Amino acid sequence: MEYLNLILAILFQLAQLLLVVLLAPLLTGWVNQCQAWLQNRSGAGVLQPYRVLRKLFLKDAVIAHNASPLFRVTPYIVFGCMWLAAAIIPIIAVDLPFSQAADVIALVGVFAVARVFLALAAMDIGTAFGSLGARREMLVSFLAEPALLMVFFTASMISHSTQLPRIVDALAHHQFMLYPSLAFAALAFVIVLLAENARIPVDNPTTHLELTMIHEAMILEYSARHLALIEWASSLKLFAYISIGIALFLPQGIIEAGNWAGMPLAIALLLLKLLAAGAGLAVFEAISAKLRIFRAPEFLGTAFLLAVLGLLIHFLLGA
Amino acid sequence: MPIKHPNLKLSRLTDALPAWTGDIAPDDLHEICRQVHDGGGRLVALWGSDARLQFGGFKLHVVLVNETGMVCLNVQLSAEQPVYPDISQIFPAANRMQRATYDLLGIYAQEGHDHRKWLRHGAWHSGSFPLRKDFDAAASRTEEPDDYAFVRVEGQGVHEIPVGPVHAGIIEPGHFRFSIIGERVLRLEERLGYVHKGIEKRFESMSLQQGAKLAGRVSGDSTVAYAWAYAMAAESIGGVTPASRALWLRALLLERERVANHLGDLGYLGNDVALSFGLSQFWILKEQVLRNNATVFGHRYLMDKIVPGGVTVNLDIEGKRIIEQECDMLEQQVRLLRGIYDEHAGMQDRFIGTGRVEPKLAAQLGLCGLAGRASAQAWDARVQFACSPYDKLNVQMATYRNGDVAARVIVRFDELFESLRLQSEILAKLVNEEDKPSLLEKLPGNGFGIGMVEGWRGEVLVAIHTDAGGNLARVHPHDPSWQNWPLLEHAVIDNIVPDFPLINKSFNLSYSGQDL
Repeated sequence: MEYLNLILAILFQLAQLLLVVLLAPLLTGWVNQCQAWLQNRSGAGVLQPYRVLRKLFLKDAVIAHNASPLFRVTPYIVFGCMWLAAAIIPIIAVDLPFSQAADVIALVGVFAVARVFLALAAMDIGTAFGSLGARREMLVSFLAEPALLMVFFTASMISHSTQLPRIVDALAHHQFMLYPSLAFAALAFVIVLLAENARIPVDNPTTHLELTMIHEAMILEYSARHLALIEWASSLKLFAYISIGIALFLPQGIIEAGNWAGMPLAIALLLLKLLAAGAGLAVFEAISAKLRIFRAPEFLGTAFLLAVLGLLIHFLLGA
Repeated sequence: MPIKHPNLKLSRLTDALPAWTGDIAPDDLHEICRQVHDGGGRLVALWGSDARLQFGGFKLHVVLVNETGMVCLNVQLSAEQPVYPDISQIFPAANRMQRATYDLLGIYAQEGHDHRKWLRHGAWHSGSFPLRKDFDAAASRTEEPDDYAFVRVEGQGVHEIPVGPVHAGIIEPGHFRFSIIGERVLRLEERLGYVHKGIEKRFESMSLQQGAKLAGRVSGDSTVAYAWAYAMAAESIGGVTPASRALWLRALLLERERVANHLGDLGYLGNDVALSFGLSQFWILKEQVLRNNATVFGHRYLMDKIVPGGVTVNLDIEGKRIIEQECDMLEQQVRLLRGIYDEHAGMQDRFIGTGRVEPKLAAQLGLCGLAGRASAQAWDARVQFACSPYDKLNVQMATYRNGDVAARVIVRFDELFESLRLQSEILAKLVNEEDKPSLLEKLPGNGFGIGMVEGWRGEVLVAIHTDAGGNLARVHPHDPSWQNWPLLEHAVIDNIVPDFPLINKSFNLSYSGQDL
């Protein structure tokens, strides 16, 4: 019985690894489709990201003459980091073999590794836009990272652990409680999610105006399979962030250790949450204008402040 | 008569506009320009022509306007040493026009400070000039490397961003060289001319009717304005006045062009602050206008509808009904959208104070058209030089003082509503006379005429010179973008780099129209 459970868990973990990498573009497609509907357009359908990836993988890569190996390996590193991050977050079941690795501080580190490589690669070829994008990315991320950590600390305070599965367990599977501190943390998290995933109002993923870009400016020199990997990694990152959001703030429905019978319901609930989160993101983006870049620090400062407030409330109310 | 000078004898052109022309010696140019400038006048256009067959030299033509009218000064230059005094000290806008005139014709400004090439990009030799009558195109072609000395900004932490001419989106080509410190723009220098098509040379081998088509394609978004200005110049030479119904229809077409472009720009301005809601809503409206254009007039952008002598379209009861309905719909929808734009805090935060051109600077550098009116430059050819039918329409000029992106948005909204009102009024006043075709076939010899029309972007001028046989000897189409491009360099100073696309879009200047 013990062995059976372990084998099941490993199988499930592998299935989650595969499913996440295959389905992440679908979430991006869903967000884009919602945006199209909100703009009175019929849209390209939720499968469009797959078509784009296929197109890019079939093309020949063009690489600048002065690109160093760093430039070439970065897409693989970024893709690997995002895949890892997206795959270890407990979104369906908590007790999985890799769950020991799903530590929130480690997660922040994984995101940071990807970001550092992307920024270095952007500066590697020495174009004006690459450095411009890298500089702006760093401006945004050095403010977003501490806010994200604060959010995680608030959740960790409640569960006395920095491991995501234990946080989820504490929030979802013990006696139901309302946590006012988490409400503040959730707001802060949404802001960080927008900033880290290059969404409006901090960045605009659909713009063609090279001077206004942040994330896109860094990857302007990439093409073909490299660009495909980076695009795919962006989808994975969005998926990972929304997953973290679900794990921290909407963990109800994630099944407990060994409860395989609850799986279908858990999956259905997860899909519902993802659909709602994607639609919500699209609505928020549709009604917002992009901030002037020097307003971004204020915006992210708000996130940090909210997260700190969450912590304070936890201490004051103990909840 | 707008200008008085002892050495200047002006003769009135038989023009729809209050326009005069007069010959002067090169030495008097400076003084007359100074006098016009001090009287609050502006430079509208500057071009040259090869008149070596007529009198053995070149001619420089300078069009100046003041409140009372428009004057075209003709300066005779010798063939051996075609020089004239630099007027860019008085009218800074003359700088690029003078440089382009040298590239194309080889006549140059004495004591000018800037002798860099402008329109020539290494496609023809530096010693050959396309607009000279003896130009040999085959022998002049070259593929020289295009070296151009940008002004360098020195200092610690200053670096350059070269942008374009190939951009990440599908827009016209232009090169922008930013000198920045951090995100702050210290200096912007433009390099245009990438879409030089040789339009002026092409005119020389065309008939009057073919020329009308070409004029309508100088800058596609202003096709009605160009076609009307061309027709006005031709009619001035031919001494004919089109039927009044044709004039009313021209005004209707011009206002429709203005409405379509303003709708498009307002959408784009929303999109540039990532509010794609604005883009889709305004472009639905613009598309409706274009479709109605196709239904009623047979062309979405109204090309080739205005020809010398009249128009090629008519408007029946059904067409009137469609336009009336459209105006009502637009009035309602745009009012709604304007409310949303006005109340969107994030959007207004991006608009207000961005890309400001102070009225004083605008006056000094000669900012014109829509952008000028947003910086308190109260010039509108439909008001100051109201030719028929605008003299019966009492156009309300939209002006604003702030000179920022927000002001240019406000002027666009105001002009849009005014254009809708004008369309309704035109439809009500449209005379139902029998349309007798009075199209111009041929122009008289050695004629000269000017047409100027307030297009959506600003005043569009077309000048026509005919040779002894009445053929087109020289046609100069002049876009308001010539005056306004240099102002963009000033508007962006001290703004941050990511605000440039928004500022650029708020001017929305033509590349094709100035590259010719």
